[in-house]
Amino acid sequence: MAFEYAPAPESRSIVDIKPSYGLFIDGEFVDGRGSSFKTVNPATEETLAEVAEASDADVDLAVKAARRAFRGWSRMSGRERAKYLFRIARIIQERGRELAVLESIDNGKPIKESRDVDVPVVAAHFFYYAGWADKLEYAGLGPNPQPLGVAGQVIPWNFPLLMLAWKVAPALACGNTVVLKPAETTPLTALLFAEICQQADLPPGVVNIVTGAGGTGQAVVSHPDVDKVAFTGSTAVGKAIARAIAGTDKKATLELGGKAANIVFDDAPIDQAVEGIVGGIFFNQGHVCCAGSRLLVQESVADEVLARLKRRMGTLRVGDPLDKNTDIGAINSREQLDRIRELSAVGEAEGAERWAPECDLPASGFWFPPTIFTGVTQAHRIAREEVFGPVLSVLTFRTPAEAVEKANNTPYGLSAGVWTEKGSRILHMASQLRAGVVWANTFNKFDPASPFGGYKESGYGREGGRQGLAAYLKGAEA
Amino acid sequence: MSTTAPTDPAPGLAAYSEVTAGEASLRRFLHGLPGVDQVGAEARAAGLGTRSIKTTAKAWALDLAIRMVDLTTLEGQDTPGKVRALANKALRPDPADPSCPSVAAVCVYGDLVGEVKAIVGSAVNVAAVATAFPSGRASMDVKLADTRDAVANGADEIDMVIDRGAFLAGRYLQVFEEIVATREACARPDGSHAHLKVIFETGELQTYDNVRRASWLAMLAGADFIKTSTGKVQPAATLPVTLVMLEAVRDFREATGVQIGVKPAGGIRTAKDAIKYLVMVNEIAGDDWLDPDWFRFGASTLLNDLLMQRTKMTTGRYSGPDYFTLD
Repeated sequence: MAFEYAPAPESRSIVDIKPSYGLFIDGEFVDGRGSSFKTVNPATEETLAEVAEASDADVDLAVKAARRAFRGWSRMSGRERAKYLFRIARIIQERGRELAVLESIDNGKPIKESRDVDVPVVAAHFFYYAGWADKLEYAGLGPNPQPLGVAGQVIPWNFPLLMLAWKVAPALACGNTVVLKPAETTPLTALLFAEICQQADLPPGVVNIVTGAGGTGQAVVSHPDVDKVAFTGSTAVGKAIARAIAGTDKKATLELGGKAANIVFDDAPIDQAVEGIVGGIFFNQGHVCCAGSRLLVQESVADEVLARLKRRMGTLRVGDPLDKNTDIGAINSREQLDRIRELSAVGEAEGAERWAPECDLPASGFWFPPTIFTGVTQAHRIAREEVFGPVLSVLTFRTPAEAVEKANNTPYGLSAGVWTEKGSRILHMASQLRAGVVWANTFNKFDPASPFGGYKESGYGREGGRQGLAAYLKGAEA
Repeated sequence: MSTTAPTDPAPGLAAYSEVTAGEASLRRFLHGLPGVDQVGAEARAAGLGTRSIKTTAKAWALDLAIRMVDLTTLEGQDTPGKVRALANKALRPDPADPSCPSVAAVCVYGDLVGEVKAIVGSAVNVAAVATAFPSGRASMDVKLADTRDAVANGADEIDMVIDRGAFLAGRYLQVFEEIVATREACARPDGSHAHLKVIFETGELQTYDNVRRASWLAMLAGADFIKTSTGKVQPAATLPVTLVMLEAVRDFREATGVQIGVKPAGGIRTAKDAIKYLVMVNEIAGDDWLDPDWFRFGASTLLNDLLMQRTKMTTGRYSGPDYFTLD
């Protein structure tokens, strides 16, 4: 290319990463009693910090602190609780750059996504639920809605801060207290959020953050004094959680995997559809549960759409997540990179055609180029299993009925996209598709007022919107 | 910049002869082009606008942008003195720095072409607006006479306006034939022809679907360049409108093998904006278009901001407006 953009990296100096972190329990940072683990920058493999691995005893302390805090917090007027939430939202905005840089360092996502998408939507969630805190009786969820108690929340590594906001904001607005476990590969922004809770003078114990891996998460969800479990992550872990809490009176919401269909009709606005395909699968390196990982394109325009998609993929810039010009950052962990490689190898072995644009990947760190597989059918594993990486499977269809049939022929049902210039077809498709969210002529758009949640193996319950309140209130049905 | 005679049909274009044979087929073709989703197109343009261009990339982009400027004055009060000043500025945009490139062209009304030509010679092109610019409201004979007059005065490039009334009324064939006729009027006795830029006045066409249709219409009719605006109507050039036009020239070359240039005009005032356009050219049409032969800025005030930023790149500090020439 004649026009070589010079690197424009965001400065790291705004973020102060400590060599080691403890747990956040009862409003204080405390040392864990268990061992510790390292969190690394996936773009460089550099160790960022040592983080405490919470033991069962630590989790017990956190739940006890949350239980104590619940008495005061749940009786506080909604107006008072709203003040704290508004304050947190404003601090998130004020410290937005710091949060964005730290998120990109710890997660590997490009700064333009953490800065322009994650952090603004995080603040929006706190603002949105702050607005509900004193209006719960008008949410249509019963005349005198009551909080559930202590919420045990386990969140994934793909949107560390955003998933925290989706969990914490509605829980607090409804008067619950929380024990949150961030993912082991991305704990740092949750710990920075703990500092924000201190800065906002949030009463001790209302938010507790315990870091660790699967064992810690298990301790959180199976703790007998946890009233509500909220989990976002893989379907396998979601099933394990459902089994673990079966027979108890714990309420649960699970946001699990997906294999969303992105359906392009022959009358679609083609250039924008190509953008939507790119945004649908390559946003956040494809580490998105609602990613449009199955492209269903009408046969009559398949060649044209593919040619345009390939040309567009050639302009994607892969590299340093802190560079403002980067479109695709690093894969979050070696483990995830291995899984993406493995499933891609399966795709080739099954006979699908693999294609990726020429791109230089950095020597260290975890990287995978944006990749598409063509000639994929419903019988291919890569059309059925969630890759959770920048890998798109391309299938074709001939009629709207066939598109619906193929789109719904998946164990999942989190999201779908429809691209057409015909308004009536959008409405028809939206009512036929078995998916929690159906985007029309766009993809991967998140708004706090819009409920999000899946069908079938994509989980149950809704987050976001008025419906998101129901998950944290007694006897409420959204 | 004189190219082939207007009578030579490009081989790739021949496939479209049936499309342009009649009103019905032309309408069917233009309305069969893929639609443009407004929200998506604007989001894409905004996304490209956030590319960060610094240091060497910025220095390169600033010089390229200067070489792409069509330095323009299109006022009723224009005089030979005014355009002579502009012509000198076009040759030497920054008298303090001989390494500063000349602009691409000077764009004036047809009657002032000779004044500019006398100063710039062949070092800088002279563009003239014609066809009853800016409204385009005159009989065809007048429009063609306007064009021939400008070409006879020595114009290297003709910026014509389309009849927006005819376009919006759906009389596409009429617009097509006007462009074909104007192109013929660009012919010179020696067989060469003045470069033809076709102005859509996208602020009046309103929708991106219309912009895409107008782009294809003009390209099929033989335009060398497609241009957004006269500068007399707001909104003039915008990033999303230019994005749609860049997609059109990209698709047209793929379909016919013929490359057409793009010129946003009006409202581009800052170097920062100009660089956003260059990023868009690079990523939408491709780097083949990153050349004054294929991309221009229709602007008058943009040049000084480019010069100021260029000086900042070399000296590390900003100087005041008095350090740059007025026109």
